[in-house]
Amino acid sequence: MSEKKAATRDGFGRELAAMGHEFPDIVVLNADLSETTRTGYFEKEFPERHFNCGIAEANMMSIAAGLASAGYVPFASSFAMFAAGRAYEQVRNSIGYPHLNVKIGASHAGISVGEDGASHQCCEDIALMRTIPGMTIICPADEPEARAATRAAYHHDGPVYLRVSRFATPIISDWSNKEFEIGKGVTLREGNDVAIIATGIMVPEAVEAAKLLEAEGVNARVINMHTVKPLDAEIVTRAAKECGYIVTVEEHSVIGGLGEAVSSCVAENCPVPVKRIGVNDEFGYSGPAAELLKLFGLSAENIAKVSKELIGK
Amino acid sequence: MNSAEKRRLEAIACRLRMGIIEGTYNAKSGHPGGSLSSADLLTYLYFKELDVRPDEPDWPDRDRFVLSKGHAAPVLYAALAERGFFPAEELKHLRHVGSMLQGHPSMKSTPGVDMSTGSLGQGVSTAVGMALAGKIGRKDYRVYALCGDGEIQEGQVWEAMMSAAHFDLDNFVVIIDFNRLQIDGRVTDVMNPEPLDKKLEAFGFFTQVVDGHDFDELESAFDKASLVKGRPSAIIMNTVKGRGVSFMEDNAGWHGKGPNAEEYERAMNELKARLARITGGAK
Repeated sequence: MSEKKAATRDGFGRELAAMGHEFPDIVVLNADLSETTRTGYFEKEFPERHFNCGIAEANMMSIAAGLASAGYVPFASSFAMFAAGRAYEQVRNSIGYPHLNVKIGASHAGISVGEDGASHQCCEDIALMRTIPGMTIICPADEPEARAATRAAYHHDGPVYLRVSRFATPIISDWSNKEFEIGKGVTLREGNDVAIIATGIMVPEAVEAAKLLEAEGVNARVINMHTVKPLDAEIVTRAAKECGYIVTVEEHSVIGGLGEAVSSCVAENCPVPVKRIGVNDEFGYSGPAAELLKLFGLSAENIAKVSKELIGK
Repeated sequence: MNSAEKRRLEAIACRLRMGIIEGTYNAKSGHPGGSLSSADLLTYLYFKELDVRPDEPDWPDRDRFVLSKGHAAPVLYAALAERGFFPAEELKHLRHVGSMLQGHPSMKSTPGVDMSTGSLGQGVSTAVGMALAGKIGRKDYRVYALCGDGEIQEGQVWEAMMSAAHFDLDNFVVIIDFNRLQIDGRVTDVMNPEPLDKKLEAFGFFTQVVDGHDFDELESAFDKASLVKGRPSAIIMNTVKGRGVSFMEDNAGWHGKGPNAEEYERAMNELKARLARITGGAK
């Protein structure tokens, strides 16, 4: 495992600040969390284009819609719980329904929020955003991918939900010479015994899991599904056909997220056994992020274990 | 305002009211009560106040109007049609499948609609966003939002108010249609929002209270609002729900249903007679 670690929220924040120089139509909105969501980097350089809306996420999302209607490209940021949860209806009605060009930078997603505990550990946001027609959902695997995804989100025409984390996680990707394509899964490792499809910070864990499996004679395909919506049905169907078994991994509930998106796709196109790894329909609790991820089975060891069980080894 | 100008506006308001009845009758649904109470305001806005271009609905420097009380779509559509954004014939297809006139305003469907609304409390926030855009873009346009007196029970409205004042949005005017009725009865009985004027003043707004059916008072209020610097303005309009159709006035029951054929005839006859009186027989 690469020793270099960084938080995807840092990639998001730094790229946003960099893009602020290139694109005068970017504006950034915050709900009293500019330091911790890293939109503060943009705020420092472009204070006249940054709006702190205070602890009022519903207002913030609709304000973003108004700014988008006037030709700006707003990035509205908060914790995932409040961006997707509290302001769900504003995202759905003010942004989603008129398909306005607002990018939602949702930080502190999942269990890895850590010590703050259940009220802040949002494991439902992908599910909520998936139900909004026209919403694009991207969960970058690491800091460089967060940068690429933030830039791609800017260029995408329509609302985007960008899910980033508080916790520093391993860097495994390099987007300096490749084009980040929204909606295209990336095969990180070939293999035909089982396909592990992961998103967000679970992708490095999936890569590690494949190494553990290799040592035991299991050849796993690893797919980075950074875009959960629209799902890359082609790569999923091919994985089902060629591997015969699929394991999904996400730092999110097993309900409504990547796992069920993949399950639906597989069931309709090429039914094979699927096992979803995620938070098993339970609330989180306080603790250090690294420890919690292991306790909730969101680790390379558990991914390898579940994969072996699925294929009957 | 001279009497000729007032007669002009009163005649237009009459036609807007006929458009509301036409729309909700053909739709067999919709919200006539809260549309009628706002008809004089919409007349004033679209025929005196707003700098808009019907042949260029997306003109970037236009004044913006957000119907935050989105269920009053019939009056917005009637005003847009009368102003020339689309043919009045479209009003007959309100809420029908495939219509450009959706049950609640849809900016992607209808030229002249600046924001999709319907879920109460959100429109006024989007209007704050538009006003912010005007400020950072150093534009001269003004932004107007119309809220209902039931709508202001939504907490988001007060988030919007707080932010409008915080951002010194003197290009922003919120109008409240205080017709005193909501679906379940009088607003003071359901969830009392009073004192509205003191609340808005406390939130930092230059606040005025007017008769929402009096063009002189509306003119005076908007003129005063346009001179305010450094803070947003609020205009609380005392109105009558269902105003202009005798059997709909001050009646909570006419919040959300369309008139039947007999009611349509009665309403249209009343309005046509009024229009004839105003114009002295001429159209």
